[in-house]
Amino acid sequence: MIPELGQFSLVLALLIAIAQSTLPIIGVTRENTIWINSAKYLALLQFFLVLIAFMALMRSYIVSDFTVTNVVNNSHSKKPLLYKIVGTWGNHEGSILLWVLILVSFGGALSLFGSNIPTRLRARVLSVQGWICVGFISFMLFTSNPFERTFPPPLNGNDLNPLLQDIGLAIHPPLLYVGYVGFSIVFSFAVAALMEGEVSSAWARWVRPWILIAWTSLSAGIALGAWWAYYELGWGGWWFWDPVENVSFMPWLVGTALLHSAIVTEKRGAFKAWTVLLAILTFSLSLLGTFIVRSGLLTSVHSFAVDPERGIYILILLAVSIGGSLLLFAYRAPSLESGGLFSPISRESGLLLNNLFLTTAAAIVLFGTLYPLFLEGITGEKISVGPPFFNISFTPIGLLLGSTMAIGPYLKWNRADLAGVLSRIKFLIFISLGVSLFVWYLKSSGPAFAIIGVGVSFWLFTSTFFEWMDRVRLFNKNYFNIFKRIKSQPRSANGMTIAHLGMSFIILGVVGSSAWKEEVISFVEKGSQLEVAGFLVTFEGVTIHQGPNYNSEKATLKVEKEGKFLENLYPERRLYLATGTSTTESAIRQSLAGDLYVTISEPANNKFKGKWVLRLIYEPLVNFIWLGASFLALGGIISITDRRYKIGRTFKYRRTKPINKVVGLDNF
Amino acid sequence: MNFIKLLLVTFLYLVPVDTILAVEPDEVLTDLKLESRARDISANVRCVVCQNEPIDTSNSGVARDLRILIRERLLAGDSNKEVYKYLVDRYGNFILFKPPLTLSTALLWFMPLLVFSLGVVILVGVLKKASPSNKSRFSDTSNDTKVLDSLENKKGKK
Amino acid sequence: MRRFVFLVPLALSLIIGTFSVWGLLNDRNPSEIPSALINRSIPKFDLSPLPGLRTPGFSRDDLLNLKKVSVINFFASWCLPCRAEHQSLIKLSQNNEIVLAGINYKDINKDALDWLTDLGNPYTYVGNDFSGRTGIDWGITGVPETFIVNRDGKVVHRFSGPLVGVKFKEFKELLTQELR
Repeated sequence: MIPELGQFSLVLALLIAIAQSTLPIIGVTRENTIWINSAKYLALLQFFLVLIAFMALMRSYIVSDFTVTNVVNNSHSKKPLLYKIVGTWGNHEGSILLWVLILVSFGGALSLFGSNIPTRLRARVLSVQGWICVGFISFMLFTSNPFERTFPPPLNGNDLNPLLQDIGLAIHPPLLYVGYVGFSIVFSFAVAALMEGEVSSAWARWVRPWILIAWTSLSAGIALGAWWAYYELGWGGWWFWDPVENVSFMPWLVGTALLHSAIVTEKRGAFKAWTVLLAILTFSLSLLGTFIVRSGLLTSVHSFAVDPERGIYILILLAVSIGGSLLLFAYRAPSLESGGLFSPISRESGLLLNNLFLTTAAAIVLFGTLYPLFLEGITGEKISVGPPFFNISFTPIGLLLGSTMAIGPYLKWNRADLAGVLSRIKFLIFISLGVSLFVWYLKSSGPAFAIIGVGVSFWLFTSTFFEWMDRVRLFNKNYFNIFKRIKSQPRSANGMTIAHLGMSFIILGVVGSSAWKEEVISFVEKGSQLEVAGFLVTFEGVTIHQGPNYNSEKATLKVEKEGKFLENLYPERRLYLATGTSTTESAIRQSLAGDLYVTISEPANNKFKGKWVLRLIYEPLVNFIWLGASFLALGGIISITDRRYKIGRTFKYRRTKPINKVVGLDNF
Repeated sequence: MNFIKLLLVTFLYLVPVDTILAVEPDEVLTDLKLESRARDISANVRCVVCQNEPIDTSNSGVARDLRILIRERLLAGDSNKEVYKYLVDRYGNFILFKPPLTLSTALLWFMPLLVFSLGVVILVGVLKKASPSNKSRFSDTSNDTKVLDSLENKKGKK
Repeated sequence: MRRFVFLVPLALSLIIGTFSVWGLLNDRNPSEIPSALINRSIPKFDLSPLPGLRTPGFSRDDLLNLKKVSVINFFASWCLPCRAEHQSLIKLSQNNEIVLAGINYKDINKDALDWLTDLGNPYTYVGNDFSGRTGIDWGITGVPETFIVNRDGKVVHRFSGPLVGVKFKEFKELLTQELR
């Protein structure tokens, strides 16, 4: 009954979506106030209907209702409850339902929290959002229905892929989707603005919190995915430039460019067409990603079940939404007013440079990912484009971006004194160069990118921090006002500082763990000892345990350094009973300086039966990546709560003097 | 059709692909330099029976065979280039994660530079157009001083 | 002129779209790679026979000397699809114009022997590739894989997967072409 209820809800939601995509837009052209206002309620109604459907599916998983095909294929009665719940979206149909849920949530959120937006614009935005909903709900109902039934129900299900039975992977999709799908509302804003024929600074201000929400979530989602790959997959790496990873990275790159370009549109009324284009492209890349992941177009470790028929459906969806919006862009964008004037050295040009780097990076990733397909289509040759290409092409851009990011916040609007800025912080440049040279001394064979990278990271960190100190006049004689000055910084400024600091950490972590990994592999038996990076690891034996749906062999390893006992590590090998597949559970000793990463496995060669293969990897500085990503997310969250956007609590505060004079906020 | 698909899937995944990491201690060479070369090469060689993994971390039988083969060739004195050629002769360029620079991949390798250069050209164009010294954006301002002066005189007289 | 610039994003997406459509249609398998041996001479190999089997082993020279069109089939007892295509191979073995040779890939001798005894032995030659090296030399990515080799010892076609149904029809057509 409940699954039928879920299915019925979806059908209703589709009908409502059709209404939502037509009535408000027609209402705007016909000046029909009722139809215009209906957008809000239709969006909310849709949200509730899809939520009901989602809960219906989740309930089927929780109670292990094996009459539902989806549950049979992806669940098992012995699975722990947590993984039953998150298994709802650990498969194609369920994840599309989650996708749609988030899609309609953003529509609903705009209805509830978008009261500051003019009604006509909001109606158009919700209509565009409605089109996307129509597309995806119909896709779900016609090709990927999660509520299909199986009669007679089997005794038990096929279980969720053991790799997915993990908390990191549980949170990764929802977080990623809030990012991925969240850009849909930004897309709708852009298309609506093109329809109106006007892109104003106000528009840029209304759109910004939504960009921030999606961007923050996407950053966290990608970082979480990388972190999960790192500790779960057992090869000590966290990024492989796999097509599925790349399709999440591209919206992030373009989304970051959008985030920065929109600042100029908001503050200076410039780059209107470019910002709108970026807004359309970000979500278009999300859609492209959804298509690639689910259609079997490219080979990837991450692909869902491959089905070209579904692929065609999504492709048609893409043709309509991306093709349609870009056609509208080509038609309407030329008539958008050009922006203001600014000097070649200014905050505007700095942000333009930022956009250049980010869009080049996105183009590299896009082209590299699709090139094998292009080449095969034209010449029939099959090649692989893997990490070497991406690393070689991406790293210089990344380092350039990191270096110029350091100066950006110092630049004033309209006209900046670059020479002045550089002379004030030139001591930081020298110190950073010194750091690089010092690293070169330590790691004389070290790859160039790493030596430069550490310097860039240091430069970015100190520069960003110094700018903040400068802004709050930390060492100004007027100490009493320091806290006041720090507190009254606009939140978006703080957000920027924290996010940029986060980037410096990420650069450090990426560079350290990629360049200076150390590894030791050996056969071990009880009492064997191995050394890596100054750690002495003793293999003390293996014990057998039973988990809820798996059997595990758990090893005990004693870790010492310089004679002192540090801790025991317990890497495991698990055999999941239902699927018969096994996984490696690594054990990690974490510290900011680096991770000691250990795994065990059984030897492939029967000659060594009775022994174990122990693999120790030392990953220097890797935790700076996750630390940096948290800073990025934190920066985003703080920016969202800026009072300009009227999201979150608004503070009442009294000022006796105008803010600009007290805290040097000319730049903000 | 579905039967064939099923068979194909079975065919391609007959060797159980697991999540263990791959290089086994009995493969490791005692010569550290050679071993390091072997690892670097392995990281660049695609496991042809897997879904996008290097043989360095794949658990499949073919991957292991290739890892051992690479080490044999290195011990026999092959250079890195010769080892790659040995593999490409048998599997084609698909087996390399770093596509060789040929006529058909030239576009791929030069694209980043091309896009960046194009971007720089556009950037410079935008900067020029937006520059305040770009007089053509405004009407002729040569009379403004005169007008201003006359206005001020009027004020002054009052 | 300015208008054209605004059409660029649309143009680029149309290009990507076209390739995507192409990529989805025509039953393309993204993981399948073309054989690197096509139009090249067969690799050097010399395989000993399966112990216990009367059928002799064979080498590259043996095939070249025969100056006949040959079909080389990689198989293993642990391979399910190989079982599925076995009937097709039995049919093929009745064709006297070709030489049907099998290479036993990474198999245990006894298992292979039992397998051939149970299902029948269609091969004129059976080579024992226990280590899998010959498989690597032929660039195979799994079993079964079948090669059509012309009279001059050049590989002209490679088939991945079991020779059943439509694939077998295709195979027979290409083989007939080669025999002319």
